[in-house]
Amino acid sequence: MRNIFRGRPKYVTVKAGTAPLKKDVPDGWWVQCQQCKTVLYRKDLERNLGICEKCRYHFPMSARERLRMLLDDPEAFVETDADLVPGNPLQFPEYEAKKERDLKKTGLRDAIITGSGVIEQHPVVLAIMEFGFLGGSMGSVVGEKLARAFDMALDGRLPVVVVSSSGGARMQEGIISLMQMQKTAAAVERHSRAGLLYISVLANPTTAGVWGSFASQGDVVIAEPGATVGFAGRQVIEAAVGKRVPPDLQTAETVFQNGFIDLIVPRDQLKGVIGQLLRLYGCPARKEAAAGAPEPEAKTDKEPEADK
Amino acid sequence: MVNGVFEWEKPLVELEQRINELQKFTREKGIDLSEDIQTLEKSAERLRKEIYSNLTPWQRVQMARHPKRPTTLDYIADIAEEFLELHGDRTVRDDPAIVGGPAVVDGRLVTIIGPQKGRDTRENIKRNFGLPHPEGYRKALRLMRQAEKFKRPIITLIDVVGAYPGIEAEQRGQGVMIAECIRYMSFLEVPIVCVITGEGGSGGALAIGVGDRILMMENAWYSVISPEMCAQILWKDTGKAAEAAEHLHLTAKDLLELKIIDEIVPEPTGGAHRNKQAAAAMLKAAIIKHLDELADIDPAELVERRIARYRTIGYLGH
Ligand SMILES: [Zn+2]
Repeated sequence: MRNIFRGRPKYVTVKAGTAPLKKDVPDGWWVQCQQCKTVLYRKDLERNLGICEKCRYHFPMSARERLRMLLDDPEAFVETDADLVPGNPLQFPEYEAKKERDLKKTGLRDAIITGSGVIEQHPVVLAIMEFGFLGGSMGSVVGEKLARAFDMALDGRLPVVVVSSSGGARMQEGIISLMQMQKTAAAVERHSRAGLLYISVLANPTTAGVWGSFASQGDVVIAEPGATVGFAGRQVIEAAVGKRVPPDLQTAETVFQNGFIDLIVPRDQLKGVIGQLLRLYGCPARKEAAAGAPEPEAKTDKEPEADK
Repeated sequence: MVNGVFEWEKPLVELEQRINELQKFTREKGIDLSEDIQTLEKSAERLRKEIYSNLTPWQRVQMARHPKRPTTLDYIADIAEEFLELHGDRTVRDDPAIVGGPAVVDGRLVTIIGPQKGRDTRENIKRNFGLPHPEGYRKALRLMRQAEKFKRPIITLIDVVGAYPGIEAEQRGQGVMIAECIRYMSFLEVPIVCVITGEGGSGGALAIGVGDRILMMENAWYSVISPEMCAQILWKDTGKAAEAAEHLHLTAKDLLELKIIDEIVPEPTGGAHRNKQAAAAMLKAAIIKHLDELADIDPAELVERRIARYRTIGYLGH
């Protein structure tokens, strides 16, 4: 017990239940389900939003795919702060190489996409994390982009939808990453005090410093089935308590039962449920927004009614 | 470490013992050895400076973990004229790993809160080695909100290796409680002075570490992750913690350079455990200084400045 953080050789970082992205949209025509081992036709799996048709296992999904899945018109999404790139404040070993590798892998400069778009007729500010970029970890860029997204929503009096998928704060930026927990939690609170809605969606995994800051703080917290949700890493807990941990301790379903998640929603129903929430909480629908409430600045270059 | 003495201190401690022996000899035998003693004391002083001003980050981490290092309650006893510990989170239980309550410091009514390590094995078991459960953070938040109600400044004394990696802590939602502490602490309309007195382990420390002034004691560490876990992730080898400690920039000096903290609180030569009263006196002086500076700021302005301070922390590339 005494040595939980010292000298025990066992623990590793929190990992998603499956390898990210590599199996995300696998090459080849066929792909095997992690959970039930059924071999699935890749085109069918993609059409099915990465849900196994046999056992409903949710395959990992990239941030870009999530955007396409959630938005009424993905083409009309106005991305913000895409030019923010991470630095290397501590000159941390291997950080540059890892960023380079994951830029190639994901096409993203860091682990989040932010911007404004429309979900089920409701204008929203949307932020989606990318697990494929350094495990979705939160450093300066993720913290800053999230804070700006909440600020933008505050200015435009818009709801925020965040889809998290992250192992926590980014080790490579040290203490600066830790401080992003405050930056994002404070941005949530400021937005909240203006009476605006924040829907937090937990994808696999949502853990450590991300669960311990903005991700757990939605007015409504939704999880994808089977997502890992928790604070301390499983191996760390096992090393500390010296015994096996129940395998379902940190599944979305257990965390739901423990009272920290409002809804567990399969991916193919997520857009509908978010739309329902936006309605139930009285968020302005598109026509109202165009007529009365101010649009977010970033959207002004789009003709409000053009795509319908 | 043997008998509370680190390997790197050995030459000094041996020298100090020799001086003690000579002094004893002088007293008992009445032989004047003052010249020898003086010479030895001079080299001891030189050695002290040499050893303690050049500690590596990993040595600082070990200093912060010294079993005789003053704990939160030790500091409170020396800093506060009066303190009454209050208990319970009003939901689950009282978590002995976090202590807190109303206090008087230099005539001011304040609230002091902090994780509490045990001073021996028995107390450590009772206090879960100073590792709070979610209810500990809930108690802390309750006391902080109470402080806001009564317009009392808050002092947090932070010495925690991290959040508790335990089954019940997860079941009872420690991530959620840590987030709530960070979120609501950011907006409390009273001055908050936080001091990392020993270990500042990631979210477990930040949960009570959001304030208007962040101070750090000379031999404390503060990091997003413990050096051991960092080494495990980087090299699959916790034995390389010393190397990880270098990379993490976790010492008081590092954090002052990174502008995360406002001031380093000096410790007695050799660390706070060598002279608890002196350490507490320096800590008290620093706390009072910052409380004074914050006292006249309008509460809303205080919150705006606090938010703005954190909002600018970040390092972007090109
Ligand atoms: Zn399946």
